[in-house]
Amino acid sequence: MNETHHRVTLTVNGVVREATVPGRRLLSDCLRHDLGLTGTHVGCEHGVCGACTVLLDGEPVRSCLTFAVTVDGQEITTVEGLAQGGALSPVQRAFTECHALQCGFCTPGFLCTVTAFLRDNPAPSEEEALEAVAGNLCRCTGYQNILKAVHRAAEIQAAEIQAAELQAEEGGA
Amino acid sequence: MKPPPFDYHRPATLGEALDVLAEAGPGGKVLAGGQSLIPLLNMRLAAPARVVDVNRVPGLDGIEAGPSGVRVGALARHAAVERSPGAAAAQPLLRQALRLVAHPVIRNRGTVVGSLVHADPAAEMPAVLALLGGAVRLASLDGEREVPAAEFFTGPMESAARPGELAVSAFFPALPARSGTAFHEVARRHGDYAVAGVAAAVTLDDDLRISAARVACVSVGPVPVVADVTAVCGPRPAASVAWDAVAAAVRDLVEPEGDIHATADYRRHLTGVLAVRALRDAASAAHGEES
Ligand SMILES: Cc1cc2nc3c(=O)[nH]c(=O)nc-3n(C[C@H](O)[C@H](O)[C@H](O)COP(=O)(O)OP(=O)(O)OC[C@H]3O[C@@H](n4cnc5c(N)ncnc54)[C@H](O)[C@@H]3O)c2cc1C
Ligand code: FES
Ligand code: FES
Repeated sequence: MNETHHRVTLTVNGVVREATVPGRRLLSDCLRHDLGLTGTHVGCEHGVCGACTVLLDGEPVRSCLTFAVTVDGQEITTVEGLAQGGALSPVQRAFTECHALQCGFCTPGFLCTVTAFLRDNPAPSEEEALEAVAGNLCRCTGYQNILKAVHRAAEIQAAEIQAAELQAEEGGA
Repeated sequence: MKPPPFDYHRPATLGEALDVLAEAGPGGKVLAGGQSLIPLLNMRLAAPARVVDVNRVPGLDGIEAGPSGVRVGALARHAAVERSPGAAAAQPLLRQALRLVAHPVIRNRGTVVGSLVHADPAAEMPAVLALLGGAVRLASLDGEREVPAAEFFTGPMESAARPGELAVSAFFPALPARSGTAFHEVARRHGDYAVAGVAAAVTLDDDLRISAARVACVSVGPVPVVADVTAVCGPRPAASVAWDAVAAAVRDLVEPEGDIHATADYRRHLTGVLAVRALRDAASAAHGEES
């Protein structure tokens, strides 16, 4: 079958990228194969494992349950886009500190999910943190360290915001 | 796996969408949130000739809440409806049920109307529509028609939506004053489809006795099973209802089937227990509304 291809433009991690894909190209495959961004992992391709989670206009979505053509013109953030200026993000640092990864297969999905979650809820309760990561599967860690990392990331983030505010005050004075 | 090939259409207007759907006939599939359709395509359980992506059709993402109820547009995501304060005020059962639908990340894309058309017998939103006596509005080149919930769900994964039709919105009616609702379910893992689940709505009279009580049960039949249990519950205050009798009545009403997740007997038992929990919570919510 001669498949029709569509030209799509995505802003991925702040960079405008173009690809020519058939309608059935999953966003996960477009990122990995067409754009060479293999940080996004693919576990199940039916929405269950969460490894493929990326941010679409800031909101976490399953890239294996999204067609690239559907999100033409929209903004995508993948795990490759979380570090700012070469420095790991607070969520990434917390995962390292708390030993929240072993093989790392599930990690990109967790990082994207938790990044969006802490932006919306900077000081979550135990219960809320649990709910936030419940849609992502990890076969290695047993989840306890991932939960610790969520709370640790919240701490790091709060401390950074406070430091930035202090600096701004001092700068202003 | 990967989806099979199909012709992809992305109409920019409702009229264009209806044209494409009419032309596609039975070979056409609407793509909304994709959270049910894309897994089916990835597993090669569906192979539509044409996929009509309605995500760019303007005017379909509305959530209109008023005293009579909530109208939810075809592109209103589960998450948007869950977060809408207006929707929660007009019909609290929406938020109560949506919190049980999959995971927050799936809810960011999945749509309420898509869930209704998909008509999974284990899904929450069909039970909510059935319990409340809501309706789905279907549009085609021939015009619009409003299908009541009782006629909309026709079988497992089967709805009254015909080839060429687009479900443009669904209406979830509000309940009378002094009413309360609740949704309880049991799933194997958090975010999974329910092994059994019950939505309940209770209305109290001036003396705070139960004057109406209804339940809708999921995963115990081809479509949501709605039962009126007013006669076993009322007219008594919730504290003096014979809840064991209510559980027995609900157990008698459902005819679940066994599968790898649960036996028929276990499903029946769970449904009775969950019905009582949901009805009691609904009754206290109705009390809360009073004070
Ligand atoms: C891991 C996982 C867990 C889940 N758990 C649950 C759960 O616990 N409970 C639950 O209820 N759901 C669950 N879901 C499904 C989810 O709620 C879906 O979002 C929903 O069932 C379908 O909505 P959608 O917008 O994604 O529809 P799509 O996937 O786009 O479409 C589904 C079907 O409906 C048709 N359709 C959609 N919209 C329209 C329309 N406007 N007009 C005509 N036809 C239309 C499509 O053609 C297709 O046949 C889960 C999904 C996943 C991936
Ligand atoms: S690969 Fe997308 S959820 Fe598993
Ligand atoms: S670290 Fe191996 S799957 Fe999570």
